[in-house]
Amino acid sequence: MLTVSGLSLIRGERVLFRDFDLALASGEAVALTGANGAGKTSLLRALAGFLRPEAGAIAFADVDPTEARAKHIHWLGHLDGLKGARRAREELAFQAEWLGADAAGVAAAVDVLALEPLLDLEVRKLSAGQRRRLAFARLVAAPRPIWLLDEPFAPLDARWRAALGLIMQAHLDKGGAILAAVHDPLPVPARAVEIGR
Amino acid sequence: MRALLILWRRELALAWGGGGGPLLACGFFLCLTALVPLAAGGDPAGLRPVAGGIAWLALALSSILSLERLFERDLEDGALDLITLGPAPLELAVVVKALAQWLAVGGPLALTAPLAAVTLGLPPAHAPLVALSALIGGLGFALTGALGAALALGAKRGGLLIAVVVLPLFIPPVVFGAGALERTANGLSPAPALAFLAAYVLFAAVVTPFAGAAAIRNAQG
Repeated sequence: MLTVSGLSLIRGERVLFRDFDLALASGEAVALTGANGAGKTSLLRALAGFLRPEAGAIAFADVDPTEARAKHIHWLGHLDGLKGARRAREELAFQAEWLGADAAGVAAAVDVLALEPLLDLEVRKLSAGQRRRLAFARLVAAPRPIWLLDEPFAPLDARWRAALGLIMQAHLDKGGAILAAVHDPLPVPARAVEIGR
Repeated sequence: MRALLILWRRELALAWGGGGGPLLACGFFLCLTALVPLAAGGDPAGLRPVAGGIAWLALALSSILSLERLFERDLEDGALDLITLGPAPLELAVVVKALAQWLAVGGPLALTAPLAAVTLGLPPAHAPLVALSALIGGLGFALTGALGAALALGAKRGGLLIAVVVLPLFIPPVVFGAGALERTANGLSPAPALAFLAAYVLFAAVVTPFAGAAAIRNAQG
């Protein structure tokens, strides 16, 4: 679904990595590991199109990158894009619908992530773990095959890590693909790729 | 199209809600226009010839206030990344944001402007023209303002930088808008000045989407 070949990334004066190759197949999860500052986040941002690589190519199966970024990629980074002053319901509706979800998809995400009791709260009143679940809901609500996740589990407790593992497994079973930068192992069977070596 | 509507609704809610966008802009505008007669020393007749100019200067300054909210907040909290990944091109998203800014700030300012202009000594008969020109000019302010806000993205103390980037770009609408009022005061038709004002808006409408989107992509990188 996603092929990276000969990718080089430079941030400022520093070379993060050169000639990086990666292939992500349908139904596959890849756990991206590496030391702090090795370039995991930068690689994910380059794949999402936020960063321009110094050299190399990023190709998506069947579609050109612009189309892929507009319709096929989910991005969940350190920043969740949620507005603290707005209610969880409004923010979820915007994020999910903007990325292509319909009402049924949003309802399903609310159900799976047990968000119902949080929906009428302002986002700033949510705990870090609850916020993360709210941000994750857009991935469930809007069907997009490629998930790019940056430290998706950091604020979550064991129970919700396991629950998200089930959601990710369901996504993989449907033919989706997951590329996640992690320090802990992913809760789904995943191929480990280390960068910066 | 549906996606742009979704973004439009969110932008309006953000512009009207928290932070008091329109109220703040209108309050600031009224304060400015109330200060000028006090500073100029209580001779209303002396102010009358420059009333239109003062009103337009105050409009320009008030339009800058909430520009920082337009992109900077979305960059800080990551929402700009999501907007980039949406189904609509970033260029159109920039336009939608600028239009929401116009409706939420330019609209209320256009309604407040006649009040201030009349207080400054403009004949009440000119009030509709003040509102109309402020509404057209407000769209120009919103579009070039959005460009300035995008260019200042990621800079420290971006709010101040926006003002410095944007104020020179606001010179033409201030000249044309105040010109329309001055022509009317001298018994001439305001049409030519309004046409120049509209031309400025069209120019901004062409430049802002592309330059703004490019500036946003640059700030993300």
